[in-house]
Amino acid sequence: MARYLLRRLLAMPLLLLGVATAAFLLGNVVKGDPLASILNERQMNNPEVVAAAKARWGLDRSMPERYAIYLGNLAQGDFGTSFRTKRPVMRDLLDRLPATLELVFSAMLFGSVTGIALGVAAAHWQNGPADHGARLLALIGSSVPVFWSSLIALYVFSVQLGWLPGAGRLDAAIRPPESVTGFLTVDAALAGDWHAFGNALGHLVLPSVMLGWAVLGIISRMIRASMLDVMQQDYIMTARAKGAGTLRVLLRHALRNALVPALTIIGFTFAYLITGAILTETVFSWPGIGSYAVDAARALDHPAIIGVTVLGALAFLTANLLTDIAYVFANPRIRLG
Amino acid sequence: MISGTRPLRLRPPAFLGARLPLAIGLGVILFWVLAALTVQFWPLDPPLDMVGRRLKPPSAEHWLGTDALGRDVLSRTLHGARFSIPIAVVVVAAAVALGGFLGAIAGFFGGLLGAAIMRLVDVTLAFPPILLAMAVAASLGPGLENAAIAMIVVWWPLYARLVRAQVLEVREREHVEAAVAAGAGPMRVLLRHVLPLCWTPVLVNATMDFGQVVLLAASLSFIGLGATPPTPEWGAMISDGAKYFYHWWIAFGPGMAILIVVLGFNFAGDGLRDLLDPRTE
Repeated sequence: MARYLLRRLLAMPLLLLGVATAAFLLGNVVKGDPLASILNERQMNNPEVVAAAKARWGLDRSMPERYAIYLGNLAQGDFGTSFRTKRPVMRDLLDRLPATLELVFSAMLFGSVTGIALGVAAAHWQNGPADHGARLLALIGSSVPVFWSSLIALYVFSVQLGWLPGAGRLDAAIRPPESVTGFLTVDAALAGDWHAFGNALGHLVLPSVMLGWAVLGIISRMIRASMLDVMQQDYIMTARAKGAGTLRVLLRHALRNALVPALTIIGFTFAYLITGAILTETVFSWPGIGSYAVDAARALDHPAIIGVTVLGALAFLTANLLTDIAYVFANPRIRLG
Repeated sequence: MISGTRPLRLRPPAFLGARLPLAIGLGVILFWVLAALTVQFWPLDPPLDMVGRRLKPPSAEHWLGTDALGRDVLSRTLHGARFSIPIAVVVVAAAVALGGFLGAIAGFFGGLLGAAIMRLVDVTLAFPPILLAMAVAASLGPGLENAAIAMIVVWWPLYARLVRAQVLEVREREHVEAAVAAGAGPMRVLLRHVLPLCWTPVLVNATMDFGQVVLLAASLSFIGLGATPPTPEWGAMISDGAKYFYHWWIAFGPGMAILIVVLGFNFAGDGLRDLLDPRTE
């Protein structure tokens, strides 16, 4: 196992180099002039301004030169400067990271808790209404376009029913708490500002539920399958014979072991979460990395696109690696070659 | 028969369990394919009569309402099939062809070329799919064709991996050894004796992926990297509907269309898998 992990770890830098190179090619072999997204039409007609802009953004250098500079900068955590915001891409990303993390964490929390509950219920009442209902919910969750379900949810729960606040992280009238963690809910709680806390929490509900829905589906199916597996084993019968109640057998004896295989899908759900976050943030005007990526792509802001893509790949690779490691540790019988 | 497919299970519940979703899925797919093929003969409602017909909620006359230019949402939604269905077919077919070809080479011949192909697969799969698609689409510029290319770039490695794994397994079977012993050349062995046994998981995956491609294509259009507004593409229509947020019906029709199509392909894929390969879940 140590050898397997070592090999995976050694492969990481090579994979990252490949990712960085691919991202560089995507950002530099582009149709259309990148200057068009920096300068306006009048400036484009002035050769001096054009030359100055080229020098300023390094566009006058050859491709291999730019690649070498790019790799050197990347190694120091410098993703270049955004065409659109004219700020370092890294700064933009770091500013927006907490908003995305807060959303993704709460979506993951909602998805796992409901997913596990539904999976256990579906396994216990196999082929009953609960099972079919859970299956339908899971199917819809993985089939529905999240940008559309978010729009509809926003309309129904915010506009029509007025139960939840609308887009954004906080009502405009509320002063944001002093930033400590960047998580508005946590920061508000730390500052003791319970009014802001409630408001931030309310804003978090709809996007998290919409984003967590796909995760809920995947997790509930996984838990159901492994619960059905585990429930057939002898030790469950022993527990029952010793007089353990249904709930105790389900949660204390079966679920514990059924959770292990579910670990494998954490990395898998992460891909859904990234995809979903990009679209959910766009609909909910959530000032995170996802909406930043969309704004960058719309404005053909290539340094920003490269930055987001590399960061996304880094997160994705790390999640997959952690999943594999967790899996090996959770189930020592597994031998990875 | 040497193939890995098993005789169908005929226990009634399992039998129904596999057939019912498959039938529902195929029915839905058939409907949208027919729509995609025939809807061009029904004229698109022209956006002319602006005065009385703008932003009307669903009614007996306009079942799904009208949009900001007075166009009938139902008719535009049906026309959307003309874009989403062919794009899904093209992307999945190209991904299967490209990925299958490279994966078969990597699995059958191995060597340096095989290793190079699989490293390319690793790097491509290291990106979250939507981000890679966005980056590719952004560097090619907006448009449905470019969105399709972007999605092929995202999808081919999945099939390369799948086919390679299949080829590695089938390669070791006795009938392949027999064919080699009988003097068949490598290309003949690969094409006639190995690949024909690899298609089951490819077919199941492709069916499910049709739905995922429809979803991603709509997502790209929604964020402005796929089809652009006058096109009645579902993602672009939802993006348009988002601008007229309080007139919910503009986005409702195209969203339902996506949901139904993707559900249909998922049902069909699930049913196919149960039918063809009951071992996997």
